[in-house]
Amino acid sequence: MEKSNLQTAAKPVAHRRKHYTPGGIIWLIVEYASLIFFGLCAVIPVISCVITAFKTEEEYRSTNVMTLPESWLNFDNFVKAFQAADMGHAFLNSVIVMVCVLLVSVIIGTQLAYVLNRFKFPGNGLIRNLFLFASLLPSVAMQVTVYQIMTNLHLVNHLYGYIIMMCGTDVISIYIFIQFMENIPVSLDESAIIDGASYWTIYWKIMLPLLKPAIVTSCILKGVGVYNEYYAANLYLQKKELHTIAISLYTFVGPMGSQYNLICAGVIISLLPALIVFILCQKQIYSGIAAGAVKG
Amino acid sequence: MAATVSKTKNEKKPFHFMKWAKSRKGQQVLICIAFMVIPLLLLFTFTYLPFGEMVKFSFYKMKYSTPVDKRVFVGLKNYIDVFQRDDCFGALKLSLYYMVGAIIQLVLALYLATILSFKVKGGNFFKGLMFFPYLISGIAIGFIFKFFYTRGFVFDTILQWCGFELENLPYWLKDQSINNWSLVATSVWRYFGQNMVLFIGAIMSVDADLYEAAELDGANKFQQFKHIILPSIRTIVTLNVILSITGSLSAFEQPFVITDGANGTGTYFVIMNDIAHTSQKVGLACAMAVVLLLIIFACTILQKLFFKYVFRDAESDDESYKAKKARLAAEKAARRSTKKGVA
Repeated sequence: MEKSNLQTAAKPVAHRRKHYTPGGIIWLIVEYASLIFFGLCAVIPVISCVITAFKTEEEYRSTNVMTLPESWLNFDNFVKAFQAADMGHAFLNSVIVMVCVLLVSVIIGTQLAYVLNRFKFPGNGLIRNLFLFASLLPSVAMQVTVYQIMTNLHLVNHLYGYIIMMCGTDVISIYIFIQFMENIPVSLDESAIIDGASYWTIYWKIMLPLLKPAIVTSCILKGVGVYNEYYAANLYLQKKELHTIAISLYTFVGPMGSQYNLICAGVIISLLPALIVFILCQKQIYSGIAAGAVKG
Repeated sequence: MAATVSKTKNEKKPFHFMKWAKSRKGQQVLICIAFMVIPLLLLFTFTYLPFGEMVKFSFYKMKYSTPVDKRVFVGLKNYIDVFQRDDCFGALKLSLYYMVGAIIQLVLALYLATILSFKVKGGNFFKGLMFFPYLISGIAIGFIFKFFYTRGFVFDTILQWCGFELENLPYWLKDQSINNWSLVATSVWRYFGQNMVLFIGAIMSVDADLYEAAELDGANKFQQFKHIILPSIRTIVTLNVILSITGSLSAFEQPFVITDGANGTGTYFVIMNDIAHTSQKVGLACAMAVVLLLIIFACTILQKLFFKYVFRDAESDDESYKAKKARLAAEKAARRSTKKGVA
């Protein structure tokens, strides 16, 4: 299976001749019908939100939810939602958290992977298994006691506390790094050692640059994960000024609970960054999904 | 040369430790320690320490705020409670809904992945559409689907377009006979695209010659799917079936963000979360967590055993695949060889 994932360069499925038999035509119709049907299923919930987000209060009350808005340029709801949930601040927090978590987890992840992959020492296998075992523990269950520990360490309600915790719960990217490193020939290290390089130099000057594709993949995956994380954020970042984007949407629970035109606008704002990243980095995301699957 | 470098350095630093630290062996040990300290510390603090505490707390009656000396040791009482209270262990029954959902999701993903791995116009576009829900945050999904299922809103409107009467439609999130299915549908909506991308990756790694040969021989797409695609991605499909079982047991997000566990939609973890953070019965919550962890471990061990079996199978599969290829080159009788591969 590992092999199949490494062959990310997709081989085109051969279609040399096209002969249209009746069966083939029916299959073609079924094919496109299913694609369109399930494609619609996937977007309709989101599209309905977009439609509602552009409606004025008046329109929202008087028209059916699926009726198109009068004007597609009515950005009032977006502005109101942005201000009500203090999303500017939340975006800033999300960016700080993401940059720190990605930076730290790339550094410690690649370092750990380097050591585990390149050196044989007693306990190497044990450490790998410890990480593997950790990935089995469902995070929601763990938070029951992690909460206690975070409280004791005075890390609750501090952005840095949340960042430290998020760095610690990372297993998938370590696996992506180890997997990738297995394909970097050891002879590179050896020739560097002969040239008198220290291990740090090998890590910093040889490994890190060669790991770039793996780093990009893991950053995108982890970045999306961190951006969307809400459970721990809600537990540990209770002060309003610490809210990240994901939990800033909680503002709409309660008194604003039925103003769906505002809520939808907020939801759309919150998923825009993910959408942009997705459009720009489709390939890396798809290959990251395949690489992440190996851990099981 | 490396040896001479370390020798000259050794002469400069006569201390024993420094001598060792400058040697290759010493450097290796130092770099190992330096590179592993932080990750292991984090792993210990946020995984194994809480895990140990969890096991310990599960024998106590306590709240988060209870000082250490006021905690009451109650032995196995929490565990007995987990199995006796209706709201705890009974909630695991809801996992069955999610298991059914997971199976539907896998079949759907496999079907769409097969379609998309043949040449289709706009294939990438559809792939993107179906994958995108995976990237939406849990909270956003909660709002989207509360809106979607509200009486007379999106879902009801669409069903009315299809000729249903509003009076005949249930309240999707309140009616106890249907609300769990509504939530499961949401979960399928969110994850089927991700499964599909996984399967497409696996299908693409199958040798394209096989399809070509099969097509030249007049095999239709269903035959290609049955005899070429399915056997070659069996491993990853099995893996996902097993993962979906553990996933269903720990189903949490959809009920948590959409219904908050109301109206009989509280899965095991939603109840546990409530017991821990709202009722503050930390001991009971920990016992619940430990019980589910044990079940998950059992599943994982079964999975490992199962995989040993599949792996043995896969090796022999590989051999026949090579044999197949050789035969293909010799006589181009693709159909016969693919049938043999399956047999």
